[in-house]
Amino acid sequence: MSTTAVVTGLGVVSPNGLGIKDFWAATKSGKSGIGRITRFDPSPYPARLAGEIPGFVAEDHLPNRLLPQTDRMTQLALVAADWALADAGVTPAELPEFDMGVVTASHSGGFEFGQGELKKLWSLGSQHVSAYQSFAWFYAVNSGQISIRNGMKGPSGVVVSDQAGGLDAIAQARRQIRKGTALIVSGGVEAPVCPWGWVAQLAGNRLSTSDEPARAYLPFDAEACGHVPGEGGAILVLEAAEAARRRGAKVYGEIAGYGATIDPRPGSGGEPGLRRALETALADAGVRPGEVDVVFADAAAIPELDRAEADAINAVFGPGGVPVTAPKTMTGRLYSGAAPLDLASAFLAMADGLIPPTVNTEPSPEYGLDLVTAQPRPAEIRTALVLARGQGGFNSALVVRAAD
Amino acid sequence: MATKEFTLDDLKRILREGAGADESVDLDGDILDTDFEELGYESLALLETGGRIEREFGITLDDDVLTDARTPRALIAAVNALLGAGAAA
Repeated sequence: MSTTAVVTGLGVVSPNGLGIKDFWAATKSGKSGIGRITRFDPSPYPARLAGEIPGFVAEDHLPNRLLPQTDRMTQLALVAADWALADAGVTPAELPEFDMGVVTASHSGGFEFGQGELKKLWSLGSQHVSAYQSFAWFYAVNSGQISIRNGMKGPSGVVVSDQAGGLDAIAQARRQIRKGTALIVSGGVEAPVCPWGWVAQLAGNRLSTSDEPARAYLPFDAEACGHVPGEGGAILVLEAAEAARRRGAKVYGEIAGYGATIDPRPGSGGEPGLRRALETALADAGVRPGEVDVVFADAAAIPELDRAEADAINAVFGPGGVPVTAPKTMTGRLYSGAAPLDLASAFLAMADGLIPPTVNTEPSPEYGLDLVTAQPRPAEIRTALVLARGQGGFNSALVVRAAD
Repeated sequence: MATKEFTLDDLKRILREGAGADESVDLDGDILDTDFEELGYESLALLETGGRIEREFGITLDDDVLTDARTPRALIAAVNALLGAGAAA
């Protein structure tokens, strides 16, 4: 029988809360972190809202030596990893270094750092580009810096598949635990709120151009008009269940099942791959649809994508057959950080017996979903399903189960 | 032309600007003969430091200057040798 991978630590950096306590208090009460961009002047751009993390001062949390060599996304990721390890009660220096690995997801890379260095390149010349640009922008840099800071030399890597990557990384972490590594730090953290990151996202044609924070990101609403991006995400500590039990660790729950598919070629008329990903994850977990207590939706807020997601959920659970929520309406879409943050929400929801709400959306009846809106819904949650789709046809689904 | 001199204070300032400083190290202490690695600077930090010295002082450092100069004293001497050669020429 395969080794069971359990989650023992959570570290959250979210637009609506730093740390699990603040984040969960905000999330269950429907407090949004979306507002007009402050990190640069957004007025010349067609999209001007984002979920920014206020009050994060890297100097307060990280050694000075790390500051000149890290993008904001890496600073956030390092702090989230510190918090996750502390939450898990793990002191990495006390564990064998090859028994710990790091697998994160990335979508944007260190764009703000990279933008600054490119600006120096073109305005001052190549002599002025930081030597740290060699890795500070790179997709794998969060994994690398977490690995170095914590002395983790086991299997490590990065997964890049847009929003789906947040689940793909957790699945890869589970694979490494099954192959024998005792502990993997996983998840995803992004910070693409800078002009370069912004124009890259605008090119994808999926951003909301609304200026009203409460009307801009409305998945499954008839007024859906694209998404608001955000920064942040979550880092999780995954451990082999046996290792966690031996050290008497608190366990949030188990990574029970995973499925990933690629959409058929555009224009081919084939069914999108999300339903198969979802069914594969349930089968992998050995869970019947009726046992799923809540679905955390991908929530694209693009009408045809909302339709595809609702169709997949309804095909498996029946119309209105399962509570669905999208707390990312409070943070914006965090790309590779979104699904790890949803996983954190799922575990916190299990502990609290509350499904966090989808804010602002007035669900369109045509989607036939039981969307949890406005207020958190009391519920006994044993099994949760998280969905994540990436631009380019990536579909991933992950089932998590409460600890016994 | 006045000969520019590269001092320990210049080095400390450039190290702090380009690569930061390890909290457990007192850069203002007696560091002239302390190995850069003990001061918390790995090869990339020295590469960044070398680039900044080149920019500010208008010299070109060979790659092996940065790998051979293991201590602040050695690096300061190497830079000043180049500055002196430039002034002499």
